[in-house]
Amino acid sequence: MDSTGRASPGRFGTCYEMDRAVNLTRDQMAAMYRCMWLIRYFDESAKRLYQQDKIRGTTHAYIGEEAIAVGACAALNRDDYITSTHRGHGHCLAKGGDPRLMMAELLGKVTGYCKGKGGSMHIADLDLGILGANGIVGGGIAIATGAAFSADLRGSGQVTLCFFGDGASNQGILMEAANMATLWRLPVIYLCEENQYAEFSPCRPFIAVDRIEAKASAFGLAGATVDGNDLLAVYEAVGIAAERARAGGGPTLLVAQTYRIEGHTVGDPLTYRPKGEVDEWKSAARDPISRFGRVLTGEAGFSADELDALRHEAEAKIEEAIAFAMTSSEPEIGALWEDVYA
Amino acid sequence: MRELTYRDALNEALHEEMARDRSICLLGEDVGRYGGPFQVTRGLYDRFGEKRVRDTPISEAGFVGLAVGAAMTGLRPVVEILYIDFSTLAMDQIVNQAAKAHYMFGGKARVPLVIRTQGGGGRGNAAQHSQSLESWYVHVPGLIVVQPSTPSDAKGLLKSAIRNDNPVMFIEHKLLYNTTGPVPEGEWIVPLGVADVKREGSHVTIVATSRMVLLALDAAGKLAREGIQAEVIDPRTLKPLDLQTIVRSVIKTGRLVVVSEGHRTGGFTAEVAARVQREAFDWLDAPIIQVATEDVPLPYNGRLELEAIPSVQDVLTAVRDVLYWKQ
Repeated sequence: MDSTGRASPGRFGTCYEMDRAVNLTRDQMAAMYRCMWLIRYFDESAKRLYQQDKIRGTTHAYIGEEAIAVGACAALNRDDYITSTHRGHGHCLAKGGDPRLMMAELLGKVTGYCKGKGGSMHIADLDLGILGANGIVGGGIAIATGAAFSADLRGSGQVTLCFFGDGASNQGILMEAANMATLWRLPVIYLCEENQYAEFSPCRPFIAVDRIEAKASAFGLAGATVDGNDLLAVYEAVGIAAERARAGGGPTLLVAQTYRIEGHTVGDPLTYRPKGEVDEWKSAARDPISRFGRVLTGEAGFSADELDALRHEAEAKIEEAIAFAMTSSEPEIGALWEDVYA
Repeated sequence: MRELTYRDALNEALHEEMARDRSICLLGEDVGRYGGPFQVTRGLYDRFGEKRVRDTPISEAGFVGLAVGAAMTGLRPVVEILYIDFSTLAMDQIVNQAAKAHYMFGGKARVPLVIRTQGGGGRGNAAQHSQSLESWYVHVPGLIVVQPSTPSDAKGLLKSAIRNDNPVMFIEHKLLYNTTGPVPEGEWIVPLGVADVKREGSHVTIVATSRMVLLALDAAGKLAREGIQAEVIDPRTLKPLDLQTIVRSVIKTGRLVVVSEGHRTGGFTAEVAARVQREAFDWLDAPIIQVATEDVPLPYNGRLELEAIPSVQDVLTAVRDVLYWKQ
């Protein structure tokens, strides 16, 4: 890194000019494309179910940010860890989470990931290394650092990827955690999803530096910024960071720039941003799924029919998840007192 | 039996547990090379190495949160927060993360984490280094709260806390580190959630926690010379509370004084009083009396601090009041 905090040329330099020759098999690319649609359909369904009062409390849609979760998790191993956020459905699905158990959780059913006691913001699957979504902005940052500490002490070779938002980049815990991660060269990747909005305000007026990546230099870790709507760019950047972490090279701060298509929560009136801006990010030119689709039909040689089939597979999986959730039972009252203590 | 200080009893528990289980690690400010600001972690760094005995930056939120993540992924961290007053900096990590993970993730996550810290006044450390915040943590489902008053309990309870799969607030007292008492060698376990009758008596029950147990025992000795037999009960674990042992004693004595170094309002004495009156109302011969720290920030000046914190005299007065004893 140079003194301005920008990524120095070298390995991360390639993130800016994507080398398209990423080593992915056809099956892997198909799975990634299908997963993006899985997330899109999941959150569109969650939005609808919330509006139908089937989902209580609140729920946060990941729509428009799919390339980050899918690209990042594809670059991790199954036993690697992630920590997620309140906007976490995409992260869980991308790490292999079961949409049926997730949807059941959103509907508060006993078959859900948390037996209906966590809801949208608290989905975890420890068998898949998903250490939990988190209702506290920045809540996963120290936990992710601890998982990396644990992997390091156990010598397991696991990497931890911490998803957090541009809003959370202002939480003090990031400084404390990143400082320790750098001191102890922990195998952790802090992946900031710069979706440009923090709760009900644009994020930019609340961040003192021009580029979030510049915070990396203050914490002494490697930093880079990628186009978060370019799945392959995210995949490659996380792959490099993970390889470095596994080799004992320490932590990385990656900033993936994207756009929050939906409001902070479902039902947010969105009075704080121009409609034209949303339309622009929804356009096929910018939409991450359309963009990856064009890569697939272009250099990867997929046919339009193949992409349609993948999309329909995802849609069918979500329909199945909704049916599973709808027909599942509510928890018994006795469950209230269960699992307070291990 | 050989005698140890409270400090050395804790140190022995840490040595024995770390030798027994490689997944146990220590984290905190100056716990390694320096041996701990109160010297509780002395010798562990040399014996178990810098990876398992980790000196941290002054980042309470950071290293407590880190320990939560480590606990969820196969380690059993023991974290030291130098003063309980500083645990306020790690409140999100303790209350929102550690305490909730098991329940809100449907029982799948486990957080076997011990947060060792120390509280209490009496040493002129003033308002930000003298608090007794245990009742804050007693309020949070998912946490276990422990306060040992003797060297023997310190060792046995710490070993239990380390072996427990839940987050445990293990709250020591700064004025107890140099106190001495008999401590069994080797495997000595004091179960969590079990109160201890520190002195038997039939006229009045005194429930006291942490250093207040020593005051209660002192008061009980003085009362015995006046013919009053006080039973002194140390809950040892504030959450979950062994109410049964307390209620059994109150049924015997008909009178209860509760002593805590926490503030009076919204504190632990109120919790005990409320629960005992519900369980033993028909056996009570007098209103339950609470002895607690005044509702003021702890002052620096020695005379003022002494006035704020419960004293042996305060316990004696409370016992005489609860017995309607006119001098």
